[in-house]
Amino acid sequence: MGDAQRHAGPPPCEGGSLAALSCADLSVGYGSRIVLRNVSLDILPGCWTTIVGPNGCGKSTLLRALAGLEPSRSGTISLQGRRLFSWPRRERARRLAWLSQTAAATDLTAAEVVALGRFAHSGWLAHRQAEDDAAMHRAMKATGSLAWAQRRLTTLSGGERQRVHLARVLAVEAPVLLLDEPTTHLDPPHQEDVARLLREQAHRCGVGVVSAIHDLSLALTADRVIVLGHRGVIGHGSIREALAGDWLSSAFETRVNVVEHEGVHLWRPALDAPRGA
Amino acid sequence: MSTPSPDVMPIATVLERSRNSSRLTAWLLCCIAITVLLTFGSLVIGTSSVETSLGWIFSPDAQSSVVLWQIRLPRTVGAWFAGALLGLAGGIAQGVFRNPLAEPYLLGTASGAALGVTVSLIAADASVGGLAWAARLGVTGAACVGAAGATLLTISLSRGVVQTRSLLLSGVVVAFLLGAITQLLLLTKPEIWRTMQIFLFGSTGFISWSSAGLLGAVFFISLVPAALLSRGLDALTLGEDTAQSLGLSLPALRLTLLGVVSLATAASVSQVGVVGFVGLIAPHLVRETLSVNHRQLLVAAPLCGGALLQAADLVSRWVIRPAELPVGAVTACVGGTYLVLLLWRRSRNG
Repeated sequence: MGDAQRHAGPPPCEGGSLAALSCADLSVGYGSRIVLRNVSLDILPGCWTTIVGPNGCGKSTLLRALAGLEPSRSGTISLQGRRLFSWPRRERARRLAWLSQTAAATDLTAAEVVALGRFAHSGWLAHRQAEDDAAMHRAMKATGSLAWAQRRLTTLSGGERQRVHLARVLAVEAPVLLLDEPTTHLDPPHQEDVARLLREQAHRCGVGVVSAIHDLSLALTADRVIVLGHRGVIGHGSIREALAGDWLSSAFETRVNVVEHEGVHLWRPALDAPRGA
Repeated sequence: MSTPSPDVMPIATVLERSRNSSRLTAWLLCCIAITVLLTFGSLVIGTSSVETSLGWIFSPDAQSSVVLWQIRLPRTVGAWFAGALLGLAGGIAQGVFRNPLAEPYLLGTASGAALGVTVSLIAADASVGGLAWAARLGVTGAACVGAAGATLLTISLSRGVVQTRSLLLSGVVVAFLLGAITQLLLLTKPEIWRTMQIFLFGSTGFISWSSAGLLGAVFFISLVPAALLSRGLDALTLGEDTAQSLGLSLPALRLTLLGVVSLATAASVSQVGVVGFVGLIAPHLVRETLSVNHRQLLVAAPLCGGALLQAADLVSRWVIRPAELPVGAVTACVGGTYLVLLLWRRSRNG
């Protein structure tokens, strides 16, 4: 996909635009336990969506299922209007990139890891072309990981490693990004950098970005939010809708205080209030 | 002039420089030098009384010439290729199973190959040594089937490949079981029993030019898929899910690479018997001294494995000269000790 095409995407989160990724009546489970039941979602291009919810509610499972890594019990997933599993493997990998929750330590160098992000483009012979190099360079520059491009991942700190993996995912230059807690291991300023990066990917490049994020204040800086509870999807909509409907309190089954300060939504811990009040 | 920062260097340069290839080159040259030395050494040392000095190699009499060109040279060349195949198989197995203790011997692959060899020899009513080309290919083919079957059996027994202890245990069980079946089958053929015992314990003494040729051919054939798929092994180090999300087909990758491991092990076992631990030690030696990706590992580990087996072969001929030890006994002593040290170190590091 050329640059011109990427920038000519629809304006952010406009209703009615064709979903980049969608699922209908999706159910996923392990053994006898159903984790997600009849989930239907549309991930819009040019829009950054975060998934929030309590531990163990199925955020990772949802992302994995959408990435085609978890077999579904029922329901369908479509990527750019075509069934996810009917895409040829590498064409699918060019359109959908997934970041795992654990930033794997490996003996490969950062540059080699990011180069693997171009596998779907360059293939087994690893014949890199100018555009592959350009994509790698952009991704490493954007994540600030160029400085340790030549170091092995085992010698990097958790946060540095996380940013290398993020660069690998960005290097795919896919129209859909699924990121499972991309801000873990990062210090607050770097969490901010990643959040800004994800928003830029969505707004400037027209990418449909979905990320699970634990920090509520950070999650609420996104365009849209998917709120998951233990009993399924509480809601999927704009931040304003989520706050108006108090979806967070329903999801966490306790009072979640969010205050608005100069146009920013902040989660405020209320330690003195009794739990659940 | 200071080196330019990665910010202004083209990413291709960064990628190339991210591997310190000069150290790898030095390492490989070192391996080759050792191989050359060992080759000369093994030409001079042996049970025959003809040898005297290095000069003997260059101006041998008629009888020595036969010993030199028809016995010792093919033996040491074949030993190198067999060791190289085991090093390659070990390097691939450790990557594909994402387990540093995976190797043809511990996985039971070698025992499966040995069973294949035994069955085919009994069926053809033949013995090792002095086989024709076609027969050698047939025996190797049977060994390959046995190797693949044994590996699959070990994997299904351990229900996955990541748990080191369960994989080791399953491999030992499979090796034990298949070894017992091999012995039972051999009992029906008392005339080849003794030869097969020596052979199965691991022996370089049966290598002729035709077996060295077969080993070499299989080695070069195996290198091709290994080199092509090394990127997949790199991707696997990021985790199975990530590898899959990058666009790799894991089942196809695994199956192909297991095929290569089986073929390499089968070729080696069908010519030199069950030589353990070379496939374990060779990749480990590489990784402990160098930082490598899988493409580099799959070049370095065979070179290392070849030199190791040549060295073991030399030791087996020298220790109780003029008699000879089975080379498998030498590698088992060294390799077993190494494995114990490895396990001990791992348990200490948690």
